[in-house]
Amino acid sequence: MRRFFARNAPAYVFLLPWLIGFFLLALGPILASLYLSFTRYDMVSAPRWIGWGNYEYMFTRDRRFWKALEVTFSYVALAVPARLIMALGVAMLLDKGLRTIGVYRAIFYLPSLLGASIAIAILWRQLFAADGVVNQVLAMVGIQGASWITDPDTSLYTLVVLAMWQFGSPMLIFLAGLRGIPRDLYEAAEIDGTPRWRQFTRITLPLLAPVIFFNLVLQTIESFKTFSSAFIISNGTGAPADSLLFYTVYLFNEAFKFFRMGYASALAWFLLVIIAAFTAIAFFTSKYWVHYENERD
Amino acid sequence: MAGLTLRNVGKRYGALSIIQGLNLDIHDGEFLVLVGPSGCGKSTLLRMIAGLEDISEGTISIGGKVVNDLPASKRELSMVFQSYALYPHMSVRKNLAFGLQNFKVSRTEVESRVAEAARILQIEQLMDRKPRQLSGGQKQRVAIGRAIVREPQLFLFDEPLSNLDAELRVQMRAELASLYARLGTTMIYVTHDQVEAMTMASRIVVLRGGKIEQLGTPQELYTRPQNLFVAGFIGSPKINMLKARTTRDAGKTVVSVEGMPDFAIPELPAEDQALTLCVRPSSLRVGNGDVTGQGTIRLVEYLGSETLLHITLPSGQVLLACDNGRKPYRIGDPVTIGFDLSDLHYFDSRGQRIEIIQNESQAQ
Repeated sequence: MRRFFARNAPAYVFLLPWLIGFFLLALGPILASLYLSFTRYDMVSAPRWIGWGNYEYMFTRDRRFWKALEVTFSYVALAVPARLIMALGVAMLLDKGLRTIGVYRAIFYLPSLLGASIAIAILWRQLFAADGVVNQVLAMVGIQGASWITDPDTSLYTLVVLAMWQFGSPMLIFLAGLRGIPRDLYEAAEIDGTPRWRQFTRITLPLLAPVIFFNLVLQTIESFKTFSSAFIISNGTGAPADSLLFYTVYLFNEAFKFFRMGYASALAWFLLVIIAAFTAIAFFTSKYWVHYENERD
Repeated sequence: MAGLTLRNVGKRYGALSIIQGLNLDIHDGEFLVLVGPSGCGKSTLLRMIAGLEDISEGTISIGGKVVNDLPASKRELSMVFQSYALYPHMSVRKNLAFGLQNFKVSRTEVESRVAEAARILQIEQLMDRKPRQLSGGQKQRVAIGRAIVREPQLFLFDEPLSNLDAELRVQMRAELASLYARLGTTMIYVTHDQVEAMTMASRIVVLRGGKIEQLGTPQELYTRPQNLFVAGFIGSPKINMLKARTTRDAGKTVVSVEGMPDFAIPELPAEDQALTLCVRPSSLRVGNGDVTGQGTIRLVEYLGSETLLHITLPSGQVLLACDNGRKPYRIGDPVTIGFDLSDLHYFDSRGQRIEIIQNESQAQ
């Protein structure tokens, strides 16, 4: 044991900052939140153990919890495919060997840098407001636009459009993936008279499957965690009519507006279970549709 | 099957000219090899024929039909790539069938053509494997099989054996040659390996800098290279080149090579005093010849059936000579080397071949 430490001491010295950060700032709060999820805790008085009480309330009596789940699942179901399709489409356009590709890459990535910012969420609210730019443009072609953000039927779609617009990071990963597909596969297909659409479905998509899988998992996790844009656009309430009551917005309100920290912790742990379950499903199904070139048999 | 005609074909990338004014007639059923050093334009030319590269100028005709504006798929040709270009996610069977499914070929026809190609190439037992489960040689067979099933007018090969090890290359070379004998389809084959070119070609095109240096049968290129580049490129081990000067003496031309005795040849057609004489290592003999000289053995490479000797002349120039491998040689041994005048190739100061009627020449 002593020899083990003597031999590995330099490594542990270098790892120390990370280890301190992990145990104090990550693992501590994680375990604390797990404990708090079984308590009633208002941040003023001491936590009181209530067993499965928070979880029982969540599943049996809290109708807003189910609404938050519905909103979040709807958003994930729409935003993830929309963003991935957008990202893949733009990546394929950029994968044409343009000389100025670096400039375009930067321009297309920009929304992803800005997208997470509060300012963009505020701008989005202005764009889709009843008298916003979107409706002004529609009016020019004689279309009477809806009040996109204040109408519960359309508000979620404005956030899906925002998610689509933030396609930069999966686009860059797709672009790298596309670059990794050997050109001569397409040339062989070209000589064999393979139409473009068949080349896309039979060559590009299967060979890009590992990248699609990676982006799918990452974007699903990201989308389940969407917070700031929903919070800003709904003024922190999930309005109108709870149509923007994202799970994270609900969790935040429970924790920091109503100080039900124990319940909020239970919500957070259930979100972790949801994300883990979706990731596990993705990994489980991947063996049927993801092909790795250097896979061992 | 179809012949191919190239007329004034050129390829430019901006200001950079890769191929200039190239004219070539490839006969129906011929195995033509395009050979040349890296960057000579041979692969570009093949890709232009395939329709994978645009043509900057000139015309390409296949079977008498101009195909300049015809997409690759309409040119009725198949191509085998250096990297094999097999679809990694498809089984061998699917790889073979994929191209056929784009054309209106019935399912039973696809299956029978795939089975026939597999039988010809002896890959029947590999049909359900993925490319990653195949060796380099097996992958190459599948790539060739994919070309065969199309039953094209023209086969194009882009350095198909480059990724194989030496032993497999020799084996695949023989298999390709027998495949050609069996199918009789026009084949155009690109390589930088002159041994591949010599062993397989009906005719060889030697390219340099986007221009044809010489076109001919392997024997023509070996026995009558038209310039110094072809003389140096074709043949292994590489041909010996000797700088020589000529003087006139009583109606004869006397040739002087440093380190060797002077010898006379019939009058040269051109008034050129600086020549390059070339002699193949197999024609440079130890001990005798029309012209002999002294040298020292610098290196001995024993190859079993023959011994390759590196011999230094008194001038410092190193010549290569092939001996039959029976006699032991040691580094540093003095040696007499000689060649027959009939084995010499003469090139003028511009590197172009000079024809000489050999039987009138004689040694002094």
